[in-house]
Amino acid sequence: MNVLLVALGAALGAPLRYLTDRAVQARFGSAFPWGTLTVNVVGSLALGFLVGLPVAPAVSALVGTGFCGALTTWSTLSYETLQLARSGGRLRALANMLGSVAASLAAATIGYALARALTG
Amino acid sequence: MTERAGRRVDPDVDLRVPRDRRELARHPAAVVGAVAVGGVLGSLARAGLQAAFPHGPGTFAWATFGINLTGCLLIGALMAVLRAVGGGSALARPFLGVGVLGGFTTFSTYVVDVHQALVAGAPGVALGYLVSTVVGALLAVWAGDTLAGRLLRRSDR
Repeated sequence: MNVLLVALGAALGAPLRYLTDRAVQARFGSAFPWGTLTVNVVGSLALGFLVGLPVAPAVSALVGTGFCGALTTWSTLSYETLQLARSGGRLRALANMLGSVAASLAAATIGYALARALTG
Repeated sequence: MTERAGRRVDPDVDLRVPRDRRELARHPAAVVGAVAVGGVLGSLARAGLQAAFPHGPGTFAWATFGINLTGCLLIGALMAVLRAVGGGSALARPFLGVGVLGGFTTFSTYVVDVHQALVAGAPGVALGYLVSTVVGALLAVWAGDTLAGRLLRRSDR
């Protein structure tokens, strides 16, 4: 049951990361990886919100482990940072890594606080 | 359609790489399907490892830590191999890179576990997990890229 829910969430989350990344790059260019930053921040906000709610394990498997887990990524972020550093963009590499961590942590904190405020 | 080393930034998709730019229009169902199937496989592997090695609130999330570092090592190696073979099959990067490794690793669970350690009153664990994952991920992706690059150059000779 939960295995199928994780699979379903991931089958939506992974393509949504790819399509969002394309859409963000088409709008804002590809020099700085804004697309990956976007999915990581949005996914962290959503997971923070979910963790703050009293939800059933099935919802957690579908939305948390499956969807948010596949929407967000560490592998893409680390490779981008390596490539930015190599192409001479040391400052952009640093901004990508630290900005992703700081913005996503802030987003998760806001999501969690919002869920707690809504459920009292 | 070879890629120049250092040109690509984003391994999921970089619209400056002609092949990446055209792939969705050329094979929309195959590309999105490969990403989805890869994402399911990577995510199930992650969920299985997290279930096998659970962690309590306020303790170090070893399973997710290992998953994320392994995924970073493998994306470095994968992109080096794909670069060496001029990109490989049209679905290799979408399936293995975007799907499997993107689905295997997770950023949302990482930051939420850092936040939950803070909520549980374990700031030392939160900071240690936060910093060690960042440093470990960067070392892992560099190691994967460098080691695969060296092996490929050796096999060329």
